[in-house]
Amino acid sequence: MNPVVLTNVNKSYRLDAVRVPALRDITLEVRPDRFTVLCGPSGSGKTTLLNLMGCIDRPDSGAIVVANQPVAALSDDALSDFRARNFGFIFQNFNLIPVLSAFENIEYPLRLAGMAPEHRLHRVRELLEAVGLADRADHLPGQLSGGQRQRVAIARALAPAPKLILADEPTANLDTQTGAAIIALMRKMQREQHLSVVFSSHDPNVLAEADDAVFIQDGAITAIERRANRAEAQS
Amino acid sequence: MKNASIAIRNLLRNRRRSVTTLLAMIVGALAVLLFGGFSHMVKNGLETGFVRNSGHLQIQHRGYYLFGSGNPAAYGIHDYARIMEQVKADPQLAPMLTVVTPILQMGGIAGNFAAERSKTVFTTGYVVADQNRLHEWNDYRFPVKPRYSALTDSSPDAAVIGLGVARILELCAPLNIADCPLPQDTSASGGARMPADIAALTGSEPANRPQEQTRLELLVATAEGLPNVGELHVLKAESQAIKELDDVYVAMHLASAQQLVFGRQPHQVTAIILQLQHTDQIPAARERLQQLLDREFGDDKLEIQDFGALNPMYGQTITFFDTIFTFIALLIGVIVLFTVGNTMSTAVVERTVEIGTLRAMGLRRSGVRNLFVLEGVLLGLGGAVLGVAASIGAAALINHAGLYWTPPGRVERVPFTLDVAGANSLLVGCAVGLTIVAALSAWLPARRAARLNIVEALRHV
Repeated sequence: MNPVVLTNVNKSYRLDAVRVPALRDITLEVRPDRFTVLCGPSGSGKTTLLNLMGCIDRPDSGAIVVANQPVAALSDDALSDFRARNFGFIFQNFNLIPVLSAFENIEYPLRLAGMAPEHRLHRVRELLEAVGLADRADHLPGQLSGGQRQRVAIARALAPAPKLILADEPTANLDTQTGAAIIALMRKMQREQHLSVVFSSHDPNVLAEADDAVFIQDGAITAIERRANRAEAQS
Repeated sequence: MKNASIAIRNLLRNRRRSVTTLLAMIVGALAVLLFGGFSHMVKNGLETGFVRNSGHLQIQHRGYYLFGSGNPAAYGIHDYARIMEQVKADPQLAPMLTVVTPILQMGGIAGNFAAERSKTVFTTGYVVADQNRLHEWNDYRFPVKPRYSALTDSSPDAAVIGLGVARILELCAPLNIADCPLPQDTSASGGARMPADIAALTGSEPANRPQEQTRLELLVATAEGLPNVGELHVLKAESQAIKELDDVYVAMHLASAQQLVFGRQPHQVTAIILQLQHTDQIPAARERLQQLLDREFGDDKLEIQDFGALNPMYGQTITFFDTIFTFIALLIGVIVLFTVGNTMSTAVVERTVEIGTLRAMGLRRSGVRNLFVLEGVLLGLGGAVLGVAASIGAAALINHAGLYWTPPGRVERVPFTLDVAGANSLLVGCAVGLTIVAALSAWLPARRAARLNIVEALRHV
């Protein structure tokens, strides 16, 4: 089952009196258990495509099916619940809740998903260990470095065990070394937990890690490069 | 619970703004509660004054209240002693009663022959011991001593008059009253020379009469409609606070008043005063009293007047203070509405990206709305608690500052106290009101936050 399938999707935005096309006739299947990278220059439509995949925006036309569920007919509340169950988001600016500690930030989506407290505790500790921040559990985001914040954001995205992780240029605000560490961490977790990750970036290092690479230019897909799943290839 | 924790943390995030908002609410609560406490004190003070003078209920002859004022002959209660006995003996009424006492009120003309002055007056005859007990009523525990009648332990012909009566009858000097001017021109003075025929009733010509400094003659109509004059010894002139009353007030012993009006005929009274333990017993006491009168004295054409009807000024004063209180409360409510609304609107703008993130993670619109409304409610609760505490503290300071004042309609100066700590309904009402206003203020920004477009919120800089 493909985590996301987009068929003939179009999206435009109104800029004053002018409609600006953002995506044109996008048809794409994101394959399961793959590290998919959306690649293209700034303004090419990568973020818009991620937003549509993550059901935080709706297309002007075309169909989006997430985990076999057509999402067009879902109400706002149903779509919110759907997002809580099926997606993990990682943002360029980390977007952690500043008044919550690292532990609480990771715990928050589990609360939204209605997980029991004892399970939440176990899951959050597990994730903090996995991202190497067990000793920073009580720190507020403002007390963490950029790399540590993004690690918390990754743990938060992974917390509800979503079907799809959507990461919008998560290394753009990090230095090269930290960015590389973050990519390595995400790649490692994607492999270990058999996750489907869609990663938007124009960083060649990220592209090098991709199982599938989707090239976008001016709102249209110019090429899709399906590479062998490295885990499968290795095995 | 987690939402409350997040809301508190968000409020603490911008301490200065939250403190400013809280201060606005505290000042608002202070204004409302201190005025409410003042208003409470005035109401209780007025009630105490009226209850001490006229009791909670009065049994009167039917029509006396509207048509019979000062006419004891036509509107007297002849069987009053038996009625009082029955009332005092009633097992339901007795536990509620503090005093049951008769009074006789009548119009007349008071004259000071030594000065050749006369004045129409309104005379009340009462039982002095009962009157003193009426004045001991202090259900609200005002720190003032009862004002006992100057007729206490006096001779049967003793009287107390209003300062105005003393002034007009030129009795100020004999009574040693300071600041009591004599008329410059006798023709323009309020008093009038007593007609010769009326003066003749006293049995002596003014010019030939030796001056008895504090004597006055009281001319009244007897039950048969004949004029009768009684000689009274004025013990004291007392201010009645209201000039119109001051200019007509004469008080004397009930027995003497009855003797003057009814002579050898059976004595009557114009009202039986019933004073209760507490004002809120009026409905129950009135209902029981009505049953008793209907059953035992159905032929006597009696009616019951309650505290409110007997003292229309009380109701007017309450309405006046309630109107001002409502105005102040509304004004404060609007200020709090805008202050909290502004605080929450700023918070929504500042946290736009956070709202987008929460929504992307799956928080419903209602979840975002509830979060901001909860912050407003907590802000309101904080303001309410601190405002109530500040008001109780401020009232305690004022109450212990040793301030005195003379309330409207009263003569004596009383301690200036604000009844805030004991006004539970006022405190709870203010706290609940502030919280509700704060919640309402937060609702609009919260609704706006909930309706934010997720993509635009995430892009917000």
